[in-house]
Amino acid sequence: MSDLRELYQQVILDHYRSPRNCGALDDATSHADGHNPLCGDRVRVQLRVSAGTIEAARFEGAGCAISTASASLMTEAVKGKTVAEARAIFASFRSLLMGGEPAEPPASLGKLEVLGGVREFPVRVKCATLAWHTLEAALGASGDGASASAPDTTANSAPVTTE
Amino acid sequence: MESVTLPPIHEDRSALDLAAIRADFPGLNQLVHGKPLVFLDSAASAQKPRAVIDALSDAYTKNYANVHRGVHTLSQNATTAYENARAVGARFLGASSADEMVFVRGATEAINLVAQSFLAPRLTAGDEVLVTRMEHHSNIVPWQMVCEALGARVVPAPIDDHGALDLDAFEQRLGPRTKMVSVVHVSNALGTVNPVAEIVRMARERGIPTMIDGAQAAPHTAIDVQALGCDFYTISGHKVFGPTGIGLLYGRRERLADMAPYQGGGEMIQSVSFEGSSWAPPPSRFEAGTPHIVGAIGLGAALEYVSAIGLDRIAAHEHDLLHYAEERLSTLPQVRLIGTAPGKAAVVSFVVEGIHAHDIGTILDAEGVAVRAGHHCAQPAIEHFGLAATARASFALYNTRSEVDGLVDAIGGALEIFGV
Repeated sequence: MSDLRELYQQVILDHYRSPRNCGALDDATSHADGHNPLCGDRVRVQLRVSAGTIEAARFEGAGCAISTASASLMTEAVKGKTVAEARAIFASFRSLLMGGEPAEPPASLGKLEVLGGVREFPVRVKCATLAWHTLEAALGASGDGASASAPDTTANSAPVTTE
Repeated sequence: MESVTLPPIHEDRSALDLAAIRADFPGLNQLVHGKPLVFLDSAASAQKPRAVIDALSDAYTKNYANVHRGVHTLSQNATTAYENARAVGARFLGASSADEMVFVRGATEAINLVAQSFLAPRLTAGDEVLVTRMEHHSNIVPWQMVCEALGARVVPAPIDDHGALDLDAFEQRLGPRTKMVSVVHVSNALGTVNPVAEIVRMARERGIPTMIDGAQAAPHTAIDVQALGCDFYTISGHKVFGPTGIGLLYGRRERLADMAPYQGGGEMIQSVSFEGSSWAPPPSRFEAGTPHIVGAIGLGAALEYVSAIGLDRIAAHEHDLLHYAEERLSTLPQVRLIGTAPGKAAVVSFVVEGIHAHDIGTILDAEGVAVRAGHHCAQPAIEHFGLAATARASFALYNTRSEVDGLVDAIGGALEIFGV
């Protein structure tokens, strides 16, 4: 039960019930679709990227509390960041969830730390990273991150999956 | 007379001796996250009784050899056990002969086999395969693969808001282009029990071949393929308390005799030369290569186990559990049942207002309650209800009313965590 309370913290439930930056972004410069075949969750991430900076990030889609809160918190975390900074945040976020080598250089996670409880629920890690993989795909499609490695990037064509 | 203190009568008002049945299933007796396991995911795959585990162990330790090949004693014993399992399968399904039973990997392979070996040579552009909207993906995709290659199409018959088949609409879709009807007997996602006898009758009147996917029916319902009159029927071993990787395809004798092999290899031939080969008669024709010998023996043991308890008694017990679960869940206004067709089987799909099915699954697991969350490999059925996922509690002969209570209490805990 304590693990559950750690997983479903108030911040997460708040972002699940009232997701931020949820809905279409009219003047998006790139987008990608993500799909978690395990639970059927789908998410679309839309970005407005200008001169290497993410000016706006929004998401659409229905999902569980973890995936929705993660998408919501992600849009807040990457807004105003450069593409490189956003990627560094994702790397740090991934090591928060999955352990292993800390990201280099470590990026400050801020509010994203509340998703750390997911670490105790390995089957739910994909829920937490779905929006981020989709963000990475959208960044790959933005033209500002052509050198980035995004192995499952299929932005604007087949959806990204977290399998 | 000495007075005897009987153990408390199990609270389930059924004729089954639940304590004895539960003792048969060692997998049920364990703690998960420190809580007694409440296993409500038998529709995905059922737990195994000791009789099956022992049959597997015996087959490997005492009588293991390849089948149909040796003159030596072990090979003869293995062949006898393998063929005995086929005969048990024939009795279980009410087939007229064991020769009508083909061992397959599972219901999925059975449907692929019929799609490839039976339907494909009979299909031309513009033809149709009629299924229902509640099918498991395994009864959609194999037909699609054959149809797409030949310019034919798979047509779904609609379901209503309870998840019941619209039988009139189904009949209207039976036309001159319909070359195959393939329908699920019991829906894994909704619990709906289809009127398969009526469906087969409608198809046969029009000379249309029929296949019934009985993967979910076998653990819950007595099956009689001759009374049904279907051409093909399939069951999956692991759903009926047997091993994974084994199942049975029933094919009416004249249908099987009129079909080309599914795969080529050893055991399925009469003679082989580089000028050409000729096929063995059914069922060997469809069992290329060394089969899952021990799995087949385990499946035979599972079918005997279920038959000895009696499917009528099992069905009565499960209906009691279903009604109790529906009654208990109806006390939670946040819970909505998905699939409420009359006479349904003990599969309870549900959604909870304000909590995604995946979160329900995680929270219930922390209480030791195993349910499935997702689309249950039946996306069109779930999407019919405007959903991407449901949570699903599925009951089997070994479940109890107190496990229903455990389910309802755990959902209550989820409501508390989410504050809904």
